[in-house]
Formats: sequence, C-alpha cells, structure tokens
Amino acid sequence: MMYGYAWDTTTPLTFAISILPILGIGLLVTLKAAAVGYAIALVLGLVLALLRRSRFKIISWTVAGFTEFVRDTPLLVQLFFLYYVLPDFGIVLPAFMTGALALGLQYSAYTSEVYRGGIDAIPRGQWEAATALNLTRLQTYRDIVVPQMVPRIVPSLGNYLVSMLKETPVLSVVTVLDMLGLANMIGERTFEYLVPLSMVGLIFLPMTIICSALIYAVERALPKSGIPLR
Amino acid sequence: MNPIIRFENVTKRFGALTVLDNFNFEVGRGEKVTLIGPSGSGKSTVLRILMTLEPFQEGHLELDGISYHEPNGHGPFKASEKHLHKIRCNVGMVFQSFNLFPHMTVLRNIVEAPVAVLKMKRDEAESRATELLRMVGLYDKKDHFPSQLSGGQQQRVAIARALAMRPRVLLFDEPTSALDPQLVGEVLGVIRDLAQEHDLTMLLVTHEMRFAREVSDRVCFFDKGRIVEQGDPELLFSNPQQPRTREFLSSILGEQAPARESLQRVP
Repeated sequence: MMYGYAWDTTTPLTFAISILPILGIGLLVTLKAAAVGYAIALVLGLVLALLRRSRFKIISWTVAGFTEFVRDTPLLVQLFFLYYVLPDFGIVLPAFMTGALALGLQYSAYTSEVYRGGIDAIPRGQWEAATALNLTRLQTYRDIVVPQMVPRIVPSLGNYLVSMLKETPVLSVVTVLDMLGLANMIGERTFEYLVPLSMVGLIFLPMTIICSALIYAVERALPKSGIPLR
Repeated sequence: MNPIIRFENVTKRFGALTVLDNFNFEVGRGEKVTLIGPSGSGKSTVLRILMTLEPFQEGHLELDGISYHEPNGHGPFKASEKHLHKIRCNVGMVFQSFNLFPHMTVLRNIVEAPVAVLKMKRDEAESRATELLRMVGLYDKKDHFPSQLSGGQQQRVAIARALAMRPRVLLFDEPTSALDPQLVGEVLGVIRDLAQEHDLTMLLVTHEMRFAREVSDRVCFFDKGRIVEQGDPELLFSNPQQPRTREFLSSILGEQAPARESLQRVP
C-alpha cells in the first residue's frame, strides 16, 4: 500500500498495472524536477555565458573556472555536496529543490558553452556593423545576435533536455520520491524488483522519444532564412 | 571654416606596435579625401578610430566639434557609451566585407537602424529605404536575403544601409577589395554618384588609383603611421614629390594599368 494504492502481486501483469498509479505520482516528480532544473540551466547558462564575455578579467576568469569545475565533477558528488554540506552554512532546502538545483547547476555549465558557441559564431564584422549603425548592445543582442543564434543552438539545448530528463533518477539518492525512488520502495516492500524497475525504464522510453520529437518540431518551425547553419 | 574632422597628435598602439604616431590630420566639411598607401600603414585604422571601433591612447580627436575623449572618461575609449553613441550619430561606415545581417532581408537591413536608433516609424523608414534602394539600383532585390546577392550587390545594399542613418561623414574601408573584378565598377559607380553630394564628407581607403584621382578633392599617401605626402590628386599622381610615394604609385599603377579601361555607371 502506498499513496492509498494497493499492489497485486498475483501475476507480473497485475502487479505492473496495480503499481502504475504510484509510479505516475513519481513521474510527476520526475517531470517537475526536470522542468525546474532545465529552467535553471537555460537561464543560469545564459548568465554565465554573458559574464564570461565580460571585459573584466576577474569576472570572466572566475566564471570560466566555475563552469569548468562544475562540468568536470560528477553530478552525484555535487548533489551530495549540496544536500549534506549546504545545511552546515545554514541553507536548508527541501530535497526536491536541492536535486533540481544540482541538475540545473550542472547543466548550466553545459548550456553556457552552447550559448558561448552560438554567440561566437556571429562574425566580428556583424558586431562592427551594428556599432557603426549605432545600435546599443541590447539592440544588437535582440535584433542581430539572438535571431541568428537560436536556430543554431536549439538542437544542442534540446539534447541536454533529453539527457537531463534521463538523469533525474539520481535525485532518488537524496530521498526525493521520483519514479525510481518509488519503484525502489515498492521493491523493498514486496521483494519484487524486476517489475517495478522494468516499468520505470518502460515509462522513460516514450518520454524521451516524445521529448526528442518535440525538439525536432521546434527546430523545424524556427525561422532561419539566410542564416548559414553549420 | 572649421574642419569637420580634426586629429591632433593622435597616437594609437596595438600592444608594442605603434600604428599611428603623433598623427595630425584635418578634413573639411564636404571634402572627399582618399587615403592610399601600403597595407599596415595605418589608413584603415584612421577610419576605425573615427567609427569608434578602435580606441586611441594619446592625443585629441574631434568630429563636428565633439571630442572623442571625455574629460573624466573611463575605459579604453575614455568615454561613456552614451558619449560614443552621440559621436556615432554623425558617422557611417562601409566595410570591405559588407557585413550585412544575413538573417534580414535587404529592406530590413536598411530599416533596422533607423527604426531602432533614430526611432523612425517603420513605414517612413521603409519608404526611405525604398528610395535608397532605387538609388543604388537594387529595388527589385528588396525582399532577397544577402546570401542571394552578388558581392557587388551586397556592397551597394551596405552603402544604402549606411546612408539611411543620414551621416555627415561616410567612411569607406576598401569597399571594392573583396569583390570580383567585374563587380567593382557597379560599386564605384554608386560611390561616384555620392561624391556629387556637397554636404557629405567622404573618407575613402582604396587601391583603385584611377577612381581616387577621379572623385577625390585630396589624396593622402600613408606610410608607417603618418601621412608622407598629400595634395590635389592630379598633382600627386602625375608628379609625386616623395621617393616613397613614387615607389608605391609605380608598383601599384604598374599592376593596374592594363585593367579596367572604363568604369561603368550603375543604370
């Protein structure tokens, strides 16, 4: 019995069907964590990419060091660090927020590189033309850089969404009750791991496929006339 | 009458390399000046400094009475972004590699800055752009993307784009150097027409000697960051005084003599 749903272990099929509502609750947690984490990654990554272009060396070097550090250390270590060490500094976050933050932080390091590549792909001559036409920095980003950058970076950003979605189960190690966490608990109580764990895998598969399809659709729908895409 | 551009002892360095050394130079209102000289002699740097694409370290520079450095200015330009914005209102530039925005149609390329910077109404900006496109002979290409145009056509659009901002000073940085020889004439034709405008001050860096002779009021020969010789184009080309000028002219004219008998006009 979990969340008011009892399981029926008579046959694998009845077992699978009976735990579906429980896993469904876990799925919502998984999707929420991915959504929050991805939102953090998209925004923070952009901030990091822009700060890295700062003309103040202290800022750009600090940011470069930070992204490199985050990219080159395991997500699991960062997650444990945030979960067990932050409270020592008086920052106590719910397990879910800690998990989403860890995902977002790690992926912001990846997305910042994507943004950076997208910005660097704009030839210097276009920045100079924008200056010569007296566009402000903001106008240059809004009208010149972003419209050319977005179609180039959407595929990479989309890939990171899919891979982040697949990494959300690590949150179960810090007590977040996502799909994997719940499947694990069902296994502990019924001594039957095969069915719940297989179900988790089976539910992930269509999710990632749908996600990839959505990204492809977005990619196709973006206006990209005249923009040379590698 | 006051000159519109005044360089006073301007020194510009790239690291250890001094590109302009105590440089003095004045341009009168409406004057058409051509800068010639070997590559690396500092002539493009003069334009890039005027366009605020490059800062300079020492000396004084004024455009239309506005000094480039502010008394308490910070950063490499020794001026605030707001101040640089004010300076740029009077200058436009045409680049060697056109630098059109590839994701915008020809018309949008021209309309962009008047709408964003001059706060012009879009339909007003478009009718101005249409006029300019007719002038450079490309009205029928207004809905094309830059990648669909030839180099010569792209450069003519770039000229129209610069003119849409109504600059008092227009800078041309080797506008035909990136073009195939058969496309040079159409761009020079547009520049020649512009040279008829009395109020527009033009600074042109070029290797087209015949053209320089035809359109400019004054030619300046640059070598190693200073003007070695300058004066009336007829005099300078037919009777150069300095040995360096003579050497440069004979090397470049020797190359160009057989080519380009006639410069076509744009229809």
